Amino acid sequence: MSDYLPISFEDRMGLVEFRVGERAHIGVDGDSCGGCSTKACVVACPANLFVPTSDGGILFNYEQCFECGTCYMVCNTEGAITWTYPDGGHGVVFRRS
Amino acid sequence: MIETDVLVVGAGPAGSAAAIAAARAGLSVTLVERGPFPGAKNMYGGVIYGRVLDGIIPRWWEEAPIQRWVTRRATMITTPTQALTVDFRTDSWGAPPYNGATAYRPDFDQWLASKATDAGAQLICSTTVVGLLRNAAGQVCGVRTDRDDGEVRAEVVIACDGVNSLLAKEAGLYTHTEAEHFTLGVKETISLPKEVIDERFGLRGIEGADYEIIGCTDGIPGGGFLYTNLDTVAVGLVLQLPALAAQSKRPEQLLAQLKAHPAVAPLIDGGEVKEYSAHLIPEGGFKMMPELICDGMVVAGDAAAMCLAAGIWLEGVNFAIGSGMAAGRAAAEALRLGDTTASGLAGYRRRIESDFVLSDHRKLADVADLIMSPRVQRSYPQLAANVLERIFTVTNPTPKPGFNRIIRDELASSGLKLREVMRDAWAGLKGYG
Repeated sequence: MSDYLPISFEDRMGLVEFRVGERAHIGVDGDSCGGCSTKACVVACPANLFVPTSDGGILFNYEQCFECGTCYMVCNTEGAITWTYPDGGHGVVFRRS
Repeated sequence: MIETDVLVVGAGPAGSAAAIAAARAGLSVTLVERGPFPGAKNMYGGVIYGRVLDGIIPRWWEEAPIQRWVTRRATMITTPTQALTVDFRTDSWGAPPYNGATAYRPDFDQWLASKATDAGAQLICSTTVVGLLRNAAGQVCGVRTDRDDGEVRAEVVIACDGVNSLLAKEAGLYTHTEAEHFTLGVKETISLPKEVIDERFGLRGIEGADYEIIGCTDGIPGGGFLYTNLDTVAVGLVLQLPALAAQSKRPEQLLAQLKAHPAVAPLIDGGEVKEYSAHLIPEGGFKMMPELICDGMVVAGDAAAMCLAAGIWLEGVNFAIGSGMAAGRAAAEALRLGDTTASGLAGYRRRIESDFVLSDHRKLADVADLIMSPRVQRSYPQLAANVLERIFTVTNPTPKPGFNRIIRDELASSGLKLREVMRDAWAGLKGYG
């Protein structure tokens, strides 16, 4: 099996409709992330929203979130991720799922 | 502020079924959905088994917005270079009352929600429920939403708020949620002309195919799926969370591997990705179910972990509808008797104990562990594929080895212990028997 990606990740996410709300519905406490050795969110988030920074922290962007819940389920640092739903009418809108 | 007899949170299949049942029992029903329309937040592994609808929508198959009727059901056992497929098809699934259908969830969920509004329920979209209201006695008596003046007071709340059910958690009904009981589903919807799909999958009219695939996840417990819509093919993976998190390939890379598999690639060749989607699945079944009832509230559908992931059976929408119907009817009964405490709502559990919803889950409670074991995920697929490859490889001038010899050889090189195999065979017979 090859590891080819037929489309870039940006193009892949560009196919999905997001009605981005003003409020970030997920919060990441960067201080907690510094001591985390696994950074499970980085590999597991299907939207690739968690980016490790050079100082050992995590950069997070809520805008293209599938609202799936994977990040807080795999996170092993209590309190590092605050997870809620976007405000009504906002967030991901699937069409052919 | 709104006051209503029954407040249903979430207009997915569970919530709409609950709203239909409660509204038809003559109650005032409010159905709150956080998406801009029902189904906007929903994705799944592809097949809706509709017979559960017989009880609320007679001849539902004449109007449900489905893509194709599944007449071909295949289980594909793969290694990186091999595939062994058990492929079943029957004409009987292509005629009423049918068996399974593929559908786009935004279409299907909007249709089912329209049945709830037809029955008199009030559907309010674009509204996120942010917490529970409780009365002085601690009984749930409504919810807070993110709308201005957004309280909704209700005699009974039916939480159908999906796999992450923040309401069931807030109510204390989940005493434990282990990541190992959840899988991440990722899926691509890939467009191809209808004629190409018909030809590649051997289908006519609106017949459809549904494949479950094992051995395609790099050893991460889970599996793959592939199914046909009218002019798209959906291909996806389910990946157990802790194992996904413990390795280094991202979900879309694992999905790219499946798409490149020699048995899968020709089926989707030349197609264009139209949508990428992801969702959690509560795969733990019976073992992860929360308490289903508390004073003033019941939980149904994925919110109550009612997704059935039992290897050859992968079902969720039907369990959501079945549990939602039972919840709506139990709420009506409780209101009629004037007791909406947990004991007044106990009819919910009685109803789903007596039909498929809890019976199937109870019966198959141990199967999930077997299916997710490294042996079923990796060793048995490799063993089966190697045995078949040996049987079908002609090695002239060497004479054919007997089956016994092949199986003994391959079992030995698989590293599997006969005792483990026998134990799994017994567990399988017991679980499925």
